[in-house]
Amino acid sequence: MNFVYERLLGGKKGILGLIILAVLIFIILPLTLDMFRLSMVGKYLTYAFAAVSLVLLWGYGGILSLGQGIFFGIGGYCMAMFLKLEASDPESTKIQSTPGIPDFMDWNQITELPWFWIPFESFGFTVLAVIAIPAIFAFIIGFSMFKRRVGGVYFAIITQVIAVILTVLIVGQQGYIGGINGITDLKTLNGWDIREDSAKYTLYFINAALLFVVLFIGKFILTSKFGRLLLAMKDKEDRVRFSGYDVANFKIFIFCVSAVIAAIGGAMFTLQVGFMSPSFVGIVPSIEMVIFAAVGGRMSLIGVVYGTLAVNFGKTIFSETFPEIWLFLMGGLFIAVVMFFPNGIAGVWNKYGDPQLDRLLDSKLLSSLKTAISKNKASPVEDSK
Amino acid sequence: MSEYTVQELTSIFAMQGFAGISLFSVLLLMALGLAIIFGQMGVINMAHGEFMAVGAYTTYLLSVISETYFPGFLQYYFLFAIIASFVIAGILGYLTEFILIRHLYKRPLDTLLATWGLSLIMQQTFRSIFGAREVSPTLPDWLMGSYQPTEEIYIPINGMFVLGLTAVVTIGVYILMYRSNWGLAVRATTQNRVMSGAVGINTKKTDRLTFALGCGIAGIAGAAFTTIASTGPTLGTLYIVDTFMVVVFGGAASLFGTIASAFTIAQAQSILEFFISGSMAKVYTLLTLVIILMFRPEGLFSIKVRK
Repeated sequence: MNFVYERLLGGKKGILGLIILAVLIFIILPLTLDMFRLSMVGKYLTYAFAAVSLVLLWGYGGILSLGQGIFFGIGGYCMAMFLKLEASDPESTKIQSTPGIPDFMDWNQITELPWFWIPFESFGFTVLAVIAIPAIFAFIIGFSMFKRRVGGVYFAIITQVIAVILTVLIVGQQGYIGGINGITDLKTLNGWDIREDSAKYTLYFINAALLFVVLFIGKFILTSKFGRLLLAMKDKEDRVRFSGYDVANFKIFIFCVSAVIAAIGGAMFTLQVGFMSPSFVGIVPSIEMVIFAAVGGRMSLIGVVYGTLAVNFGKTIFSETFPEIWLFLMGGLFIAVVMFFPNGIAGVWNKYGDPQLDRLLDSKLLSSLKTAISKNKASPVEDSK
Repeated sequence: MSEYTVQELTSIFAMQGFAGISLFSVLLLMALGLAIIFGQMGVINMAHGEFMAVGAYTTYLLSVISETYFPGFLQYYFLFAIIASFVIAGILGYLTEFILIRHLYKRPLDTLLATWGLSLIMQQTFRSIFGAREVSPTLPDWLMGSYQPTEEIYIPINGMFVLGLTAVVTIGVYILMYRSNWGLAVRATTQNRVMSGAVGINTKKTDRLTFALGCGIAGIAGAAFTTIASTGPTLGTLYIVDTFMVVVFGGAASLFGTIASAFTIAQAQSILEFFISGSMAKVYTLLTLVIILMFRPEGLFSIKVRK
């Protein structure tokens, strides 16, 4: 009980923060928005996975990856390949010269399903792939970089180059993976039509629930001994190394975890939006994910969810009405956040909102609740280790 | 490759080699500026490509002005355009350092975000002023045409001009960085900021001028670029990753490494492009670089220092 209360929920303020976010995502937004806007929020929440992954990797680990789009894309493409195979059964593709393969392959004179597509006929394999492929990929990158003590700026640039390589590869291999258009016309998931409104609602809630699971996992990692080491590594890597820890292994681990989190977001993106394309893989989406994390507050798991929602809402509203000034605003926002609010929305909240909340929590109105909570708090902490 | 004769292959290599030289020149000019900013100062300038676009648009603007008002000047404007590109991009760089970068020296990863924001603003500015479509300046006659040493080989004159320009700029940078007092001050500031301040170097002023110089050279790269291809608002984003790769692969803070790596990357890409598709040429080139960097993270040439 104490373990759950202190570590996963983060005390009374942590609970309050989670409840507010849950009420917003699970109740307020679905009730107030129409289907079109709600699926938009659903899409934004998939980006929030990537932002949360960057809190772990960048905010606490101090490792800036400009390639989270890689993992978001891998997750998304794995799911898209499964859905595409289901959508291209021989019955519905009988007008093609080779029925039973995805339409873009047929357009590119490919007559047989490439070998790497075949396992994606199984849903179980696809789910496994969404988690395993990014993890393996991140392990290879992380192992070769961190073991050789490549870090900081160089790591950022190399992950960025890998994102470029992957984008160019996808765009260039139109016959095998769909090219610049991506994988489109996805219809059903195990026979369940994902384009219907009811399916979209369900997927929205599944996505939101998964996001909360990821938030708890993040919280668990950050409050563990490993989380403390991570923070120590960020500040004084050499001291951690001299204390006998293998810094590289910790970095590889957190990089893999963050890759998997971003990939889950990508897979949910494909399910909700109904397509996947290289424009969610390259440099621009990867840097935008960093921006979501920076605006929300790179040290705050919940803050980045708000950051992602805020930036994307701003982007949608402004690019709909004033497309001219949107890039000015976006650029100005990055500069302002970096220069004046390095801890983002969460930093502003901690400075101005949090003291007010403390006063509120201490007020007589909530005193009964407070005693209940402090009773909990008084029980021994040792067993939480 | 078997369907080509030896002579044809030689010609292909020669011509693709020269095509690669144009790419090499632009990459090297970009990378020289970035090597100064990133290699010497440790600032990740994601807006570097946009400073190149500033140079390209300056050249375009001068070409339009001379075409409309001084048609007789059209043969010579390009030389002035190179200088103007350097000066304008340099001034913008100076202002950027003053307003933005100098507050962020202690947070190198944050300069990346801030300059990315700056690049968005600059791109939209180009789009608002010059429109979304690509533009190209009217080139003077002496830059047109090609030189033909044998029947099968055509060497475009603009490529040779750009190569010459690159050589001049490279030598200039070398003299400035390694043979002048100012270069000594820059290198000293990079290696030990506090100590440089203690011996009387104005480190803040040095930073500002270094950054301005790097941006100015990017401006020259932009002017050179207009002779090869047309300029659009997103020109910078096309080259920024390649340029970073050149600098990292060459070994930051090594002038010779930067030249060697720009040459290798440009030639590899250009010669491969003839045999496989352009996108796969890029994939293979970048992939090879990443793999080499995994084994040799400090780049081709690096200064041995204790860290």
